[in-house]
Amino acid sequence: MKIAVCVSHVPDTAARINIGSDGKSIDPAGVTFVVNPYDEFAIEEALKTKEKLGGETVAISLGGDANKETLRKALAMGIDNAVLLKDDSYRDSLSVAKALAEEIKAQGAELVFFGKQSVDYDNSVVGQMTSELLGYNCVSVAVSFTLDGTKVTCEREIEGGKEVVETTLPAVVTAQKGLNEPRYASLKGIMAAKKKVIEEKQPAASANYVEVAAMKRPAAKQAGKIVGTDSSAVPELVRLLREEAKVI
Amino acid sequence: MAKFLVFIEQRNGQIKKSSFEAAKSAADLAAKLGGTVEAVAVGNEIANLDSLGGFGVSKVYHLKNDSLADYSPSAYTEAVTKFASENGSETILFGATSMGKDLAPRVSAKLDAGLAIDCVALNVEGSEIIATRPVYAGKALVDVKVTSAKKVYALRPNVFAAGTPTDAKAEVAVTNLDSPNLSVKVTEVKKAEGKLDVAEADIIVSGGRGMKAPEHFAMIEELCQVLGAATGASRAVVDAGWRPHAEQVGQTGKTVSPTLYIALGISGAIQHLAGMRSSKYIVAINKDKDAPIFQIADYGIVGDVFEVLPKFIEEVKKIKA
Ligand SMILES: Cc1cc2nc3c(=O)[nH]c(=O)nc-3n(C[C@H](O)[C@H](O)[C@H](O)COP(=O)(O)OP(=O)(O)OC[C@H]3O[C@@H](n4cnc5c(N)ncnc54)[C@H](O)[C@@H]3O)c2cc1C
Ligand SMILES: Nc1ncnc2c1ncn2[C@@H]1O[C@H](COP(=O)(O)O)[C@@H](O)[C@H]1O
Repeated sequence: MKIAVCVSHVPDTAARINIGSDGKSIDPAGVTFVVNPYDEFAIEEALKTKEKLGGETVAISLGGDANKETLRKALAMGIDNAVLLKDDSYRDSLSVAKALAEEIKAQGAELVFFGKQSVDYDNSVVGQMTSELLGYNCVSVAVSFTLDGTKVTCEREIEGGKEVVETTLPAVVTAQKGLNEPRYASLKGIMAAKKKVIEEKQPAASANYVEVAAMKRPAAKQAGKIVGTDSSAVPELVRLLREEAKVI
Repeated sequence: MAKFLVFIEQRNGQIKKSSFEAAKSAADLAAKLGGTVEAVAVGNEIANLDSLGGFGVSKVYHLKNDSLADYSPSAYTEAVTKFASENGSETILFGATSMGKDLAPRVSAKLDAGLAIDCVALNVEGSEIIATRPVYAGKALVDVKVTSAKKVYALRPNVFAAGTPTDAKAEVAVTNLDSPNLSVKVTEVKKAEGKLDVAEADIIVSGGRGMKAPEHFAMIEELCQVLGAATGASRAVVDAGWRPHAEQVGQTGKTVSPTLYIALGISGAIQHLAGMRSSKYIVAINKDKDAPIFQIADYGIVGDVFEVLPKFIEEVKKIKA
């Protein structure tokens, strides 16, 4: 079985974000980029599935040359092959999904793992979109995954609990924290990954339907009130919550 | 004139609050841009669909089948997409709940429509809708325009006011759905027993590493009980195994917008703030006056949580008595 995993390359979650001179995107200067944290769960699940059932794994990323770093990391963790869909321009989620769907089809992958969300634009949509474009079944925000023949069973997180979801291959699963513990790349893996060739392809163009008009900083919150330094401040705090904020 | 369509989410036959928020938002947009506001609900028995009239919806289409009481991604996608196409709906609104976030992108792909998800504001400029949404874990916001003919928006729960409903009743049209596509099927819903989820709570009391040990969360649970609040947690305590992941607030946990967020012994790391900074009021109790949480807190006590919290519980009990 061919298993694909889609990975995005994003600013480290601790990075300071400055808005670029275009006023529409971030200034990448000084920002460290990493494998999207949720995609590490996706990579791990692809590896575990292959270890159990055999098959071949491929990591796919759409973006500029810098995304090769993230693909290299996937290879170092043990993914067999990597494809860069090279495109430096802005693409909205649906346009990304269209390019990924084309490549997944070309790869003939029957099982595809995504992260639940890319921590740059925080959309949490590309996996679901791609599945619909492919006509694959899809479970999003999965915290467990089992494959029995062609039967897929997952638990997905919802408000106040979990849903148990059943479906069949071909399928897309988007990974939530809790699905597994991603492994560290071994030294051997890192050395082997360096020697591997990352295949580059030109994805087909498609229109963007979502245009960024402006990027801005959230309004700075007014400095709050320090009510006190010990429990003697509690009655005043409770009064403020009740009378000023009117929330309790 | 635009045709607005609001997806009505139901769980156990009850309409979710986020759907009222979406309905009211659609009505506000229609008031500015002109147009009609209709709604579509998928499920079996659903209570009070006509009450959506009070939020500005003229007609509710109830697509009904007894196998659709619980969510089915495939069946719901097919039903909503087919309905929206046939009905000629142009702008479709969802609540960005766990169901909405699963469904909206599928519908968007099926309709070849642009999607703005997790919106925190919808403004009208001229004849265009400008949606504002947080990016980079809330460290920045983007204003986006959806330029395709059909447009899909999903609104972050608890951010848009549903307002006080009027007495107006919506017309309800029930259509029985034959043989829904159950290729992806929810076979069981596991409820966390009797617990309010942080994603749905109006008040959240969260504890961090400053709580020192898992057993001390009993105090937080006691406070939650008195306030009708949900218990939240920082990642540090979830990773330590003190609390379940479902309670984690932040970048790799849940994004919440309660009316009141109380942070106890939480430093306020950027990844934690990512999940709760849009809370209306934030209270912090932390012994370190330089803890970043104080930069976004409305009210703070710089002090020992073990000294302050018991008194806080006592005072709140007094006013709730
Ligand atoms: C990719 C990534 C994703 C992450 N996602 C999340 C996420 O979703 N959610 C999240 O929360 N974190 C997340 N983190 C972790 C985050 O960076 C912090 O490590 C974490 O939030 C710290 O938790 P804390 O505030 O409980 O602990 P600490 O940072 O250790 O803070 C404990 C606080 O308690 C105070 N304290 C100690 N004793 C007392 C006392 N007796 N009385 C009062 N105050 C006291 C201290 O002054 C301190 O401020 C993520 C990190 C990464 C790298
Ligand atoms: N440019 C991309 N290349 C490959 N995979 C992507 C890309 N963008 C998003 N994804 C995948 O889609 C998931 C959800 O991303 P998003 O919908 O952008 O939050 C990510 O976790 C990745 O698995």
